[in-house]
Amino acid sequence: MFTHKKRPWTEKLVDHAFIRMTAVLASVVSLTVLGIFFTVGFQAVFQGDLSSLLPWNQDSIWQGIAAWNDEETFGVRWGAIPHFGLGFLANSSWNPVRNDYGALTPIYGTLMTSALALLLAVPLGVGTAIFLTEDFLPQKLRTIIGFMVELLAAIPSVVLGLWAMAMLNGFLAAFTPLHVHLGWLPFFGTEPGGPNLAMASLILVVMLLPIITAVSRDSLNQVPRELRQGAYAVGATRWTSIFQVLIPAAVSGIVGGAMLALGRALGETMAVTMIIGNSTKLSTSWFAPSSTIASLLANQFGEADDIQVSALYYAALVLMILTLLVNICAQVIVKRLALKYD
Amino acid sequence: MTSSIADPIISCDNVTISYGTFAAVRNVFLDIPKHKVTAFIGPSGCGKSTVLRCFNRMNDLIESFSMKGKVLFHDQDLYGPRVDPVEVRRRIGMVFQKPNPFPKTIYENIAFGARINGFKGDMDELVETSLRRAAVWDECKDKLQESGLSLSGGQQQRLCIARAIAVEPEVILMDEPCSALDPISTLKVEDTLHELKKNFTIVIVTHNMQQAVRVSDMTAFYNAVEVEGSDGKVGYLAEYNETKEIFNNPKVKDTKEYVTGRFG
Amino acid sequence: MTTTQHPPAASGLNYNPYAPRNVWNRAMNLLAALFSLMAVLPLVVVILYVLYKGGGAITPAIFTELPPAPGLSEPMGMGNAVIGTAMVTGMAALVAIPVGVGGGIYLAEVDKTGWFAQFIRFGVNVLAGVPSIICGLFIYALVVDTRILWGESFSAMAGSLALAVLMLPTIVKTTDEGLKLVSQELRMGALGVGASRFVTITRVVLPAAVSPIATGVVLGIARAAGETAPLIFTALFSPFWPDWSSGLGLLAPTATMSVQIYNFGIMPFAPQVQLAWAAAFILVVMILAANLLARWLARFSAS
Repeated sequence: MFTHKKRPWTEKLVDHAFIRMTAVLASVVSLTVLGIFFTVGFQAVFQGDLSSLLPWNQDSIWQGIAAWNDEETFGVRWGAIPHFGLGFLANSSWNPVRNDYGALTPIYGTLMTSALALLLAVPLGVGTAIFLTEDFLPQKLRTIIGFMVELLAAIPSVVLGLWAMAMLNGFLAAFTPLHVHLGWLPFFGTEPGGPNLAMASLILVVMLLPIITAVSRDSLNQVPRELRQGAYAVGATRWTSIFQVLIPAAVSGIVGGAMLALGRALGETMAVTMIIGNSTKLSTSWFAPSSTIASLLANQFGEADDIQVSALYYAALVLMILTLLVNICAQVIVKRLALKYD
Repeated sequence: MTSSIADPIISCDNVTISYGTFAAVRNVFLDIPKHKVTAFIGPSGCGKSTVLRCFNRMNDLIESFSMKGKVLFHDQDLYGPRVDPVEVRRRIGMVFQKPNPFPKTIYENIAFGARINGFKGDMDELVETSLRRAAVWDECKDKLQESGLSLSGGQQQRLCIARAIAVEPEVILMDEPCSALDPISTLKVEDTLHELKKNFTIVIVTHNMQQAVRVSDMTAFYNAVEVEGSDGKVGYLAEYNETKEIFNNPKVKDTKEYVTGRFG
Repeated sequence: MTTTQHPPAASGLNYNPYAPRNVWNRAMNLLAALFSLMAVLPLVVVILYVLYKGGGAITPAIFTELPPAPGLSEPMGMGNAVIGTAMVTGMAALVAIPVGVGGGIYLAEVDKTGWFAQFIRFGVNVLAGVPSIICGLFIYALVVDTRILWGESFSAMAGSLALAVLMLPTIVKTTDEGLKLVSQELRMGALGVGASRFVTITRVVLPAAVSPIATGVVLGIARAAGETAPLIFTALFSPFWPDWSSGLGLLAPTATMSVQIYNFGIMPFAPQVQLAWAAAFILVVMILAANLLARWLARFSAS
């Protein structure tokens, strides 16, 4: 009756092959990550493309390294890391004519735009999340608003950049009073006359809001309703219970969301490139054109050659390490602060 | 059918509570006596928790909730248009079915309520007194700075009772406070109740009839009937009297069947 | 034991609008409403602006003509970019879906907690956080610079690979989470009648999880279609129709709508800027449609 009571060897083979295949496919992900780090690191250390890693290639770096002792750096074209060392991080000049490169300006721009954006987006996003989890509005309306905020996350960054460029004059009009009245502050020190760092930060706020709102809303929704009832039962007002009970209970999710958003802000490219002015001159003023690592890459990589390419990879490596640190921190914080409540 | 109570602290005057179009419990008349323990018993879905949550406006958190009739607290309508539910909850505290300590330290769990109620005094003393009155002091006096969630279920529930009494309400509502606890913790909570009724009025919902006998002075038996023309049930107050009367000499047939375990 | 001092009976139950806590409460209500308004406003403004500026630029010629040379105003089209986006995104999906779903199956069904799974999960999280422009640089160094693809440098295929790297973590995560939603009983049931793991996973578990996975994949593709940074050094751009003779157009540089927005949006010529808005319009409409589709899929799975 049953011809397959004993499993045929083909079936076992298929089973094994399938399991192996999923393992291989899964490892593609991690290999890609390693590949990215290796590639960017390699390009930052050496000039020349990856194929010079192959020993039989005529300008293989191995030949150069083997010949290291014979003649000085024969065959090896060292890249930005050996050339500039750690000084790269503290040097604010980016000069293709003298081949003198330092990433201080874009690093400062990256950190400053992200910090400003986060400073504005966190209260706005958490406030919105609270508004969406409380019963201020009927459930239907809240669902629609929540959906709209999610859609904001789906709008491509390049479209936001295009929109920001169209709104340029509006931004400038809004910034001018700040310069006129508070111009003595170094941050408002220059007259806003075109694309600048402050605009890039504002566009980043728009991009970070949906992330922070969505994550905060989820973690607020996960706070057990018994906790809220408990706070109300001892006579807490709505906002006392929000600030003293709900937010502390949801804090791991909220902080995690903010870190996630920070990671996004650090690496955000298109909208920032279109609106930051892409100047490599260091300025403390938020109303001066600036650049971020990502915008520097988008703006210069196409036309760069020789050591400049390697310097851009070096900058990219810095950006990757920054985002990696932020992401690891996010995961650690979420685990550390996670509420053990069932 | 109700025994007349001299100076009631809470009284229900023809209370009907609905969720959306669905009536949960209807036409309740009930007087809660001061400094006594009143137990609400009855089968599931008869509206006893619903009525209880009405006493400190906890039902306000449910969007579809609506109520007809009056709930009077010291002769003032709790659902009057100018009443502040926050004010109500500071006078009428609550302990829930599932222990729900805040994710803060044990100390802060107690201090939180007192602080928002404007307590000006020795907080350490208040924390100690409250924990002692809830009979949980000995178990947590050495770990006041640990999270409230580090306690066992029964200890957590007594912490929640301590939290409720720390704000010195007049009435404490308890919604099946022992349903998630083991028998030993249950007995400890019941001991606590005997101690507390000297200072507080207590209303307790319970599924456990022995518990009602052990702790309460008055007992209200709720029942549910089929609603004509639908498959839902609506709760009503079937009988309300002194506890010993309800259990030894019930006037209503359903009560008798319920308390003797022949219900259903 | 202290005796309780109660305030006089039932006085002061009334709402006092001037009590500090009530004033504070109302102020915070207002603030929260204001914040939500500020969060929703940019979306409304951006969408309306794109629909207004881009909607006006949509003509049938947009899909059938090529863009004009800089300085000219004829012809007004971007058919090449529409085809390019479809080609690059489609190819990226073809690469990323099998790998991502396979990886997700591994994490959800084969090895959930072992060291290798931890390693993969960590990789997925890191990859999800890698800035998109870095994906572009990576593929540039790996594929474009080395001319590994039949000696070609910039190509649609290189762009697809960059987008695939970007989509990969999303697909792995949605597959992993979608499969976790499948009830354990279903697996037991299939294994219980003697089905192999292969049959259990492919015939029973995967079909049960198809709609959450599809939801995530649709959203991932929509997001990839709007990505620009990974394409500017890989697929590059082209003012011409795809060169079908070169690997079905996959081995030549190609125009995409997103790169077109960047390239044309910063040009000083009105026709180009108008085409940038038209591309923004098509992308936004497409992404709105994909989100609605994803929601519909999610509801479909819930019922």
